[in-house]
Amino acid sequence: MTGVQGVRDRAELLVARVRGGDLGSLPVIVGVIVIWTVFQILNPVFLSSTNLVNLTMQCAAIGTIALGVVLVLLVGEIDLSVGSVAGVAAAVLAVSFVQLQWNAVLAVIAALAIGCLIGLLYGYLLTRFGLPSFVVTLAGLLGFLGLQLWVLGETGSINLPFDSWIVRFAQQMFLPPWASYALAVVAAGLYALSRLRRARQRTAASLISQSYAEIAVRTAALLAFLLVAAWYLNLSRGVGVMFLLFLLLVVAANFALTRTRWGRAVYAVGGSVEAARRAGIRVNRIYLSAFAACSTLAALGGILLAARLAAANQSTGGGDTNLNAIAAAVIGGASLFGGRGTAYAALLGVVVIQSISSGLTLLNLDSSVRFMVTGAVLVLAVIVDSLSRRTRAATGRA
Amino acid sequence: MPADPTATGALSTRAARTRERVLTMRGIGKRFGAVKALTDVDFWVNEGEVVALVGDNGAGKSTLVKILAGVHAQDSGTVEFDGEPVEIPTPADAQELGIATVFQDLALCDNLDVVANLWLGRELAATGTLDEVEMEQRTWSLLRELAAKIPSVRLPVASLSGGQRQTVAIARSLVGDPRVVILDEPTAALGVAQTAEVLNLIERLRERGHGVILISHNMADVMAVADRVVVLRLGRNNGVYNVADVTSETLIAAITGATDLARSAAPPPAAPPEDEPAAPIIPLTPTRQRGPGA
Repeated sequence: MTGVQGVRDRAELLVARVRGGDLGSLPVIVGVIVIWTVFQILNPVFLSSTNLVNLTMQCAAIGTIALGVVLVLLVGEIDLSVGSVAGVAAAVLAVSFVQLQWNAVLAVIAALAIGCLIGLLYGYLLTRFGLPSFVVTLAGLLGFLGLQLWVLGETGSINLPFDSWIVRFAQQMFLPPWASYALAVVAAGLYALSRLRRARQRTAASLISQSYAEIAVRTAALLAFLLVAAWYLNLSRGVGVMFLLFLLLVVAANFALTRTRWGRAVYAVGGSVEAARRAGIRVNRIYLSAFAACSTLAALGGILLAARLAAANQSTGGGDTNLNAIAAAVIGGASLFGGRGTAYAALLGVVVIQSISSGLTLLNLDSSVRFMVTGAVLVLAVIVDSLSRRTRAATGRA
Repeated sequence: MPADPTATGALSTRAARTRERVLTMRGIGKRFGAVKALTDVDFWVNEGEVVALVGDNGAGKSTLVKILAGVHAQDSGTVEFDGEPVEIPTPADAQELGIATVFQDLALCDNLDVVANLWLGRELAATGTLDEVEMEQRTWSLLRELAAKIPSVRLPVASLSGGQRQTVAIARSLVGDPRVVILDEPTAALGVAQTAEVLNLIERLRERGHGVILISHNMADVMAVADRVVVLRLGRNNGVYNVADVTSETLIAAITGATDLARSAAPPPAAPPEDEPAAPIIPLTPTRQRGPGA
């Protein structure tokens, strides 16, 4: 129990976990590598700096929506209406900012507040009347699409001025190279500090802790990855501020899920509602907060979509946005059965989805192929989830 | 009257010691519509005593412990905790009082690890974030104290054996340092070795000074670990026995109604004699002497 765990022990633990069906993020990472390799062979432009910068910018909005979906999946529920909620938020932003001439900050807050209210409404219907989230959010999918059209009014499309900071934020704001490198160093430094602090505390409490060598190796790997990524993106336009916002949201969500009592309660409710209730967790509040967070993030995603397009129209958040966000969460590793998955599922999943989309567009294949390929990948991801669940059950890790 | 619950812990326990009375229930009655689940039931538990509560299906065992756990409220009768009359309207009140219940389904979250399950709903937090180090350390010391065999406290509970899961559930009930622990069929569906493990655990609970209420259908387990056996039949007391001087045949006879004490005037075998002087109270630790709500 005491002392430092060797690297070999950790490797053995990892192998045992994978054998037991606890795959973690492994299948997605393998998937990303395969997808990138295939597209790079088919079209050498795919992994170019320009295209990867585009990819990061495409990821931000859908990824933000997917992050919310992950939270709802973690409590064992689903939200099918994130696309409509994103559309409503975009419409509210455009109408209040352009037509009503509100301050941009106020317009953004109004759009986010609408999203939050919608989530609270879902949570209320779920906890008060015991309605299944599938039906409630399906109704929301239709209802809020209607609300979006109603808010937009007769014009159906409202352009956001190009010189507003909202549009510049989504289209033109990139970190200067020195800032991106500094940020990479700071991120790796914070990572190392938190690991070192934890290791020291655990050693002081004579619990198993990471060795300093392991922390050093991990930190170096992280730093190298971030620096190389920043350098490569800087060959073109650089690291988009919108993408950075998405990354920060993912890290913040991960912190809330793993380090706070709220996060622990979310996983507990997803694992067993009855056990959580008997442990004294206020289950209804957890449902409410998860749905509110999901819809708020969906609204933020809608704002980002509108800002990137410099317009809110009737198809904002429509089409495949909804399904791509849900698919991204599932592909990234958030289990549909609840209680499993991390905030990073949103990041990994959206990278897979957008890579497919971007790669097929580069190959001049139209939407028909893209939909079919994305559908196939989604089925594959659910099969992996289901199989690993079965393996876990067989090895007693259900 | 099958037994006199007012006598203070005069029964000779297996450990040949007597302890302070923790919990006394007198004349408990409970109806569910037209069904009389409990009628005039008396029941008591001392510190450091394992009381087995046995009876056939529908005898009222679960109803009785659910009253203690705050799931049901009794229609008549009183509950005393440390000599003070108490009301237990909700499960939270039961926990606050110091009555912990391990239900048969254990109510563990399979996707969480041992530490997370142990502290679920009352996690230790420092400056808003979970204090994992403190929780893990206290988990280890609790498990060591119970001599529990858990390979790692960072494994998801799903990967543990039935006996280990039972151990985790029991350890979890001890986190709030309760005076009384209620175990509902803890050895049901366990193998031989795992049953032995859980029975050892119950002995540890007694050594720690908890009053243990053990619901069981398994006479071998009851004979192996209990100090006293309370038999319920058709919602009434049907005898209180010292395990030291009873055979499982006698118990089974009382359970099935072959000896029906509720209807005969015969005194129960283990009724404490009225004239026996009150035994000295042996305090365990200072914390065990606190009053209710302290």
